[in-house]
Amino acid sequence: MKGEDLVRFAFGGLRGHRLRAALSLLGVAIGVASVIVLTSLGEGAREFVTGEFMSLGTNLLIVLPGKTTTSGMVPAVGGTTHDLTLADVEAVRRRVRQVRYLAPIGIGTAPVKWGGRSRDAMVFGTTWEMQPVRRFRVATGRYLPAGEAERGESVCVLGSKIRTELFGAASPVGEMLRIGDERYRVVGVMEPRGRGLGFDFDEVVHIPISRSMKMFNRRSVFRVLVEIASRDEIPAARDAVLAVLRERHDGEEDVTVLTQDAVVSTFGKILDALTAALAGIAAISLSVAGILIMNVMLVSVAERTREIGLLKAVGAGPPQILAVFLFEAAMLSTSGGVAGLLAGLGAARVFSTVYPDFPVSPPAWAVGAALAVSLVVGLLFGALPARRASRLDPVAALSRR
Amino acid sequence: MIELEGLSRTYVVGDRPVHALRDVTLTFPDGDYASVMGPSGSGKSTLLNVLGCLDRPDGGSYRLDGQEVARLSEAELTLLRRHRIGFVFQTFHLVPRLSALGNVELPMIFAGVEPGERAERAKKALDSVGLSPRAEHRPEQLSGGERQRVALARAVVMGPSIVLADEPTGNLDTASGGEIVRLLEEMNGRGLTLLVVTHDPAIGGRARHRVRLVDGAVAEEVRP
Repeated sequence: MKGEDLVRFAFGGLRGHRLRAALSLLGVAIGVASVIVLTSLGEGAREFVTGEFMSLGTNLLIVLPGKTTTSGMVPAVGGTTHDLTLADVEAVRRRVRQVRYLAPIGIGTAPVKWGGRSRDAMVFGTTWEMQPVRRFRVATGRYLPAGEAERGESVCVLGSKIRTELFGAASPVGEMLRIGDERYRVVGVMEPRGRGLGFDFDEVVHIPISRSMKMFNRRSVFRVLVEIASRDEIPAARDAVLAVLRERHDGEEDVTVLTQDAVVSTFGKILDALTAALAGIAAISLSVAGILIMNVMLVSVAERTREIGLLKAVGAGPPQILAVFLFEAAMLSTSGGVAGLLAGLGAARVFSTVYPDFPVSPPAWAVGAALAVSLVVGLLFGALPARRASRLDPVAALSRR
Repeated sequence: MIELEGLSRTYVVGDRPVHALRDVTLTFPDGDYASVMGPSGSGKSTLLNVLGCLDRPDGGSYRLDGQEVARLSEAELTLLRRHRIGFVFQTFHLVPRLSALGNVELPMIFAGVEPGERAERAKKALDSVGLSPRAEHRPEQLSGGERQRVALARAVVMGPSIVLADEPTGNLDTASGGEIVRLLEEMNGRGLTLLVVTHDPAIGGRARHRVRLVDGAVAEEVRP
């Protein structure tokens, strides 16, 4: 039996019950589309998170007060025995030779007032080095001035949204505004940047770290970003930072140093599990579709019992009958698969137009796997009906009314 | 040459055995024109199914050209049905979604004949039963007699040596039935072994070799 005859024969068989065939095709299509969409979301989430961490800059160490044994995850606040002070930060700068930039961070929320307007804003205390570390771009004016971290001037840099809300169209550079109870001079405005790592940098006011620590009455910094000169030196730098801080903290290792890679790979693992779970959910809908196909094929075999008897009488062997029905099932499921693939890719595209911030990318493996799986579903669930057809007793089949 | 010796076939219906064939010993030489007659339930159709390798006997021997059929595998039986035997049924058994031509092509599809050659041979076979003008019609567009002629063309398109006809005129009026008988006899005239199962004496009586079955056993045999 030739390939094209198989196609024509199987197609002819499906035409006999179009509605049922179409419904089971739809079932497979929904299954495959959900595989595509759900894995796209999973992959999108991974890219989103990875992208967030990468936007931090490259070759970063993140130093946090407090100790945790969990690798990669940010420890819960508390449990600190020694503060991670600005003096500690300066010691690291002096003694760890691999450091290129070192940017401590202190955060808090305070009311920001100018003219008659006021709003609460995230106050982001740091130093001039934050700009190269986080690749900040300044729209007008300049970023925080260079100088020792412990001596801060009363200057601030505004996020783009804060600037618009407080000043409207007026130019803020050189203006004095009030943050909490103190007066600050605006020296620059940031370019719009969007969300990153949980807060919106467009709604942030940057001030020198020493000022923010006084303002919020803190002795410990929130964390320190350390940019290392080269990627190869990250492990050595990490050890050096820990050594310096251990020495300063009476031999106790009470800080956590995260490497960017560790954080990214931890999130990667979580997101892998998420993607797998989503794919599992989608697989359930595919197996339901498989049962639909089996149903259609069983009905088809039952309806065409006489025809099968005749085929046997004119010299079709059991393997050929098996092939005809298996092919019919496979054709049904793969056309469903292709339809689902197109629908899934379409849905992913629609999703990414509606939510442009969230990257939705159907992974290449999911596209291939969806088609392969739909074929396998057809063969698997078509096997039972096809076997039944190939084993029909021709005499009984021919005499069926 | 078909040789049957002590052939038997027993079905179990409910919990009782039904002897469809008992101790049937018959010989049909090549080119034979034989009729099998008898009341319904006498085992006529079972005999035909056994001869056509659709059913296996459970006792005795069936030799086709000296070859013991019981020893053949399923694949070999398929080849026998494909190349050596043509079937004609009372209810025609045409595939409704295929045209007359498509139905005649069917055996050749499974035999793997090239499409070009297939169409040519199918047209020739349809021509031999006088149906060329209706080649593209589907069975539902054909009369009963025409349908049976399509089935006849299909039975002989693979060039078998035996044609087995089970009540070939049973669903037809006298005129079209006569036409079918004429075509079958024409095929027999060209050397095909023809076996017709019928309960119609007017048709059965035309055969040179007449077998009468009663309760699965040969009650009467008239040889030429």
